[in-house]
Amino acid sequence: MPSLPPIRPEDEAVAEKLRPAGAFDAPSDAHDPVRAGYLLRLGDDALILGQRLSEWCGHAPSVEVDLSLANLSLDLIGQATLFLAEAGDADRLAFKRDVLDFRNCWLVEQPNGDFARTMVRQLLFSTWQHMLYQRLTASSDAAVAGIAAKGVKEVAYHRELAAEWVVRLGDGTDESRARTVDGLDWCWRFVPELFEVDEELAAAVQAGIAADPRSFEEEYRAAVGAVLADATLPLPKDQRAIVGGRRGHHSEHLGHLLAIMQYLPRTYPDAKW
Amino acid sequence: MYTTELSKPGATVQPIAPQEDPELLAAFEARVAADEFIEPKDWMPEAYRKTLTRQISQHAHSEIVGMLPEGNWITRAPSLRRKAILLAKVQDEAGHGLYLYCAAETLGTSREEMIEALHSGKAKYSTIFNYPTLTWADIAAIGWLVDGAAIMNQVPLQRTSYGPYARAMVRVCKEESFHQRQGYEAMTELANGTPEQKRMAQDAFNRWWWPSLMMFGPPDENSPNTAQSLRWRIKRETNDELRQKFVDITVPQAEFLGLTVPDPELKWNEAKGGYDFGEIDWEEFYAVVRSEGPVARERITARREAWTQNAWVREAAAAHEAKRRSRAAA
Amino acid sequence: MSDWPLWEVFVRAKGGLAHRHVGSVHAPDAELALRHARDTYTRRQEGVSLWIVRSADIVASDPDQAGELFEPAADKVYRHPTFYEIPDEVKHI
Repeated sequence: MPSLPPIRPEDEAVAEKLRPAGAFDAPSDAHDPVRAGYLLRLGDDALILGQRLSEWCGHAPSVEVDLSLANLSLDLIGQATLFLAEAGDADRLAFKRDVLDFRNCWLVEQPNGDFARTMVRQLLFSTWQHMLYQRLTASSDAAVAGIAAKGVKEVAYHRELAAEWVVRLGDGTDESRARTVDGLDWCWRFVPELFEVDEELAAAVQAGIAADPRSFEEEYRAAVGAVLADATLPLPKDQRAIVGGRRGHHSEHLGHLLAIMQYLPRTYPDAKW
Repeated sequence: MYTTELSKPGATVQPIAPQEDPELLAAFEARVAADEFIEPKDWMPEAYRKTLTRQISQHAHSEIVGMLPEGNWITRAPSLRRKAILLAKVQDEAGHGLYLYCAAETLGTSREEMIEALHSGKAKYSTIFNYPTLTWADIAAIGWLVDGAAIMNQVPLQRTSYGPYARAMVRVCKEESFHQRQGYEAMTELANGTPEQKRMAQDAFNRWWWPSLMMFGPPDENSPNTAQSLRWRIKRETNDELRQKFVDITVPQAEFLGLTVPDPELKWNEAKGGYDFGEIDWEEFYAVVRSEGPVARERITARREAWTQNAWVREAAAAHEAKRRSRAAA
Repeated sequence: MSDWPLWEVFVRAKGGLAHRHVGSVHAPDAELALRHARDTYTRRQEGVSLWIVRSADIVASDPDQAGELFEPAADKVYRHPTFYEIPDEVKHI
């Protein structure tokens, strides 16, 4: 399915006017909207992938792998908490926004599938996230730089672990190879979105808060290609890019993920936990 | 989390195999009586090896199956903080299962054999995990009550006679110290929360109270292996002693939260310095031991599926290593 | 199905201390054994360095020979500094 066209600024202005007071905690006027929007991208990527990975807990291929996956998830939930807390009330942002206000990319919201798809998704995302965080340590925004500096070590580990697994699965048995190829085929169309620079991101780059992902696109392709070569897998053929997550246009999967994740705070809006 | 050693009701004390060398046996008994540790390569009676293998592997299985009822709520935890806490806790259970499987393996049974025994229904795990986690309050109740009972059971096992088991328990106990506290903290929020939250809290308490008392195992008069296990320092206190301790500690904690203990017969007994409490429904207990608990099938199915549906992953990694070795040799 | 082999895990708690045995993990190969060891045994900042070794590669002394191996050291009291009497007024020795 082709992705939807980006939301036009005039549509956004209308949407802004129609938004009921307190419906969600998107960038408020008190904040710098460019900064807040960028924090949401970073925070939502980490949150949604952390949530996905936590679905594995108790169901992994071995007890050892269960521990590894939980570690990845815990790191990501920790990063999400820090980024979202910079953007506003972290819990409100996580539990009270609907799909249109989530700013994560399509890749992280993809269902886990089998272990091969989960690991391919991790490789593709963590490699990108690692290169991004490396650059964000030099962000003009002290909070972003600080969170990135803490996260970059965590993410380096995620990247290495995912690479180890993709190599073993790609160059393992016929079945594992076929599953890894399927996983790559599933995820590959979401890679271009990671390098998309829309107006909002361009403004954040301009402000020195964000890093321009195009600056490491080549490095990324080489790095992923090298892992796939070790896995004796060819680089997949490019597919039509699916984009839109950064503007709130997601897959159907995100709504279901949110329905589960947000169920308690939404059912009991007055409760504290 | 912990399972007390479960064996079929009505089983009699296993006699020590008569073919054991009496001199070795006497030396072994003397070492254990002197609180010395037995290590993997040391001589030990077959019955000791068998009982320990069963107890440690049951304990390991309980940790692993125990991930499921709580895992059921990770994706629905109501705040980022609770999500991280719960995931870290369930991950700890995986770690504890792993420490224990490794301890059991030193007795000569492979992890794979133990897992097969679990999946075929031959091996038991703690009955407590065959109850469903219905609301978020169940997560609080499990942390507070189930981990509370587990700690009570596990602390003495740090001095158990088998070295690898004792060392695993030291690690487990150290790591579990936050498990009960986080449960009680979560319960405190609920008990002081909205009317709906209070209802959840009391309801979860009602459902988990009796199964928690059952966690200490059958009453001493029906616990055939207790005497020998105590002598071998595989067990350090009897089921009823531990259960009494748990009740005495937990009742005031419930009162502090304003929760009602679901036992009309509960009464402070000044003379014994502890609570008298109602009769446990042992018929229910043995039914759950026989895997007739409400969600027993779901639990074992989930474990089997995780194992069999991911067998290809374990095979792939092994195949990759074999390829690498043959390439290196070439 | 191929059971992953067992590896023994040793952790250095902090610089200056020796690696200490903490337990074991199953893993298909050395690299993943290190990662499994990290993910299992250092979740609470327990270490700064890890060793792993295949359990099958460990050579252990035989407990039945413990007597002949270790008891002969028991009466070699002259190996310990407290065995020697030095007058109190002699310092730094």
